[in-house]
Amino acid sequence: MNGMSDDIRRRVQDHPCYSEEAHHHFARMHAAVAPACNIQCHYCNRKYDCANESRPGVVSELLTPEQAVKKTLAVAAAIPRMSVLGIAGPGDPLANPERTFATFRSLAEMAPDIKLCVSTNGLALPDSVEELAQHNIDHVTITINCVDPDVGAKIYPWIFWKNQRVFGREAAEILIGQQQKGLEMLVAKGILVKVNSVMIPGVNDEHLKEVSRIVKAKGAFLHNVMPLIAEAEHGTFYGVMGQRSPSPDELKGLQDACEGDMNMMRHCRQCRADAVGLLGEDRGAEFTMEKVEAMVIDEEFSRAAMARRKELRDKVTAEMDAKRARARAPAPVQQQVITLHRRPASADFSAGRPVLMAVAAKGGLVAEHFGHAREFLVYEVTGEGAKLVGHRKTDLYCDGGDTCGDGESVLAKTIRALEGCEVVLCSKIGFEPWGQIEAAGIAPNGEHPMEEIGTAAVAVWHEMLAAGKLAHAAPERQVA
Amino acid sequence: MALEIIETCVNCWACAPLCPNKAIVEAKPNFLIDADKCTECLGDFADAQCAAICPIEGAIVNELNEPLNAPGSLTGIPPERWAQAQREIAAR
Ligand code: SF4
Ligand code: SF4
Repeated sequence: MNGMSDDIRRRVQDHPCYSEEAHHHFARMHAAVAPACNIQCHYCNRKYDCANESRPGVVSELLTPEQAVKKTLAVAAAIPRMSVLGIAGPGDPLANPERTFATFRSLAEMAPDIKLCVSTNGLALPDSVEELAQHNIDHVTITINCVDPDVGAKIYPWIFWKNQRVFGREAAEILIGQQQKGLEMLVAKGILVKVNSVMIPGVNDEHLKEVSRIVKAKGAFLHNVMPLIAEAEHGTFYGVMGQRSPSPDELKGLQDACEGDMNMMRHCRQCRADAVGLLGEDRGAEFTMEKVEAMVIDEEFSRAAMARRKELRDKVTAEMDAKRARARAPAPVQQQVITLHRRPASADFSAGRPVLMAVAAKGGLVAEHFGHAREFLVYEVTGEGAKLVGHRKTDLYCDGGDTCGDGESVLAKTIRALEGCEVVLCSKIGFEPWGQIEAAGIAPNGEHPMEEIGTAAVAVWHEMLAAGKLAHAAPERQVA
Repeated sequence: MALEIIETCVNCWACAPLCPNKAIVEAKPNFLIDADKCTECLGDFADAQCAAICPIEGAIVNELNEPLNAPGSLTGIPPERWAQAQREIAAR
């Protein structure tokens, strides 16, 4: 099954971070209970949250384990789709073992249906595996940016190790050793491991192909390559020293190259460490600690909430199962976005080439107005189906208020973010942006509102084929 | 003999659990070291533990007000370069 066993598929099928299909239906939240860190990364500034797991320059409200538990229960009651609680920062969760494990322990008791997961830089991982296994935490994310200490020395200036600060290559060597050992120990315990990597052009971009090969060989089930985000105002080493970020095309090129080896997670949005709600749809402001503290959360409340979650989960699981069954059936024209599937090797593209389409999506449908889209999902579309290959963030170009004055430059930014895409699908688009997008060589399309993404994208692909647009190579698309 | 945490501390908690003398207290706006308890880790560790993990250059100083982690020593950003970047940001 395309590199993913049935067992793993079953375990991730309603995990919004891991399953492309589930992230439309289920929600997750992160609790910021772990402030301390034991290493320094060149893309991070400790004035802010860990840059591995949230966007740089973000500060979350630090919670005590008690507050985190209360907040999780409150959110999971208000949003029955809440199925995952992750601890990812603001520092390194395993550098704060008491706080992290206290949170997990209480939640496992009070809301046993909620999946628990944790992200780590890996330095303290081997020491934590035993305890992670005890708390029945079945998802761990390790950020692995290198397996070569010479590369690592350009990413990590220092680590804190055995009561000393250790610098340079020696530091990288220890960190890499711990990460790999931790990965092996988790796999041996049957705990799912995802690997995150930050793509840093000129530093580890080529090297990440080797990382991908190695972590897969050791049993990681998913490799997520994220782009470096580096701005001088974040005060990070890379930001201040002028290290550039990868372009969307470079990122996709690397993700494609690594995909030959393993499943890639193309829908990751580098969400905030305290984000609440569906991926990409941050509802954190509804659940500030002040509001949560005012709620009464007792056993009965939690039991009722758990029952609502079960009802919803059963319904969605049944729907997704039915959808999968339909996809497997040999229906004549069944277009389907299939989770984490690779394109069949046997596909024949002589009748038309694949096309990159950007989609302003909501809940799996072409349902967002172009100007309201905070991000676009990017699909590689052929006559056989649409495969999610990435997502592009926008600075919201129209928020309907008086900030619209700056709309033009933001539209230009959005157009830049859509680099490489030939079509943009949305539910609606204004006259003004229409012209500019078209001038940039991207075809706007608002003719498939509220249609399922795969169906709409494949229909557009067939229109392009009929119009003779797919006989030759994509215009101006760099081949990575 | 004691170290001091100054206002550039970002309250990240990294130092507190490491102190062999429980001399570090959570406080607002920044963490503090109880000067009566701090031994600069003499006899316990080769390096002052708080200063060995603190990620913020200059946040921990000695009795002469000298930072234990000098500018540029942890981030690797040369101080001139940092100053230049700040000027460029201010000029935008
Ligand atoms: S120098 Fe040592 S004893 Fe003093 S506060 Fe720091 S860790 Fe504690
Ligand atoms: S490690 Fe440094 S920044 Fe963090 S709390 Fe201690 S003194 Fe403050």
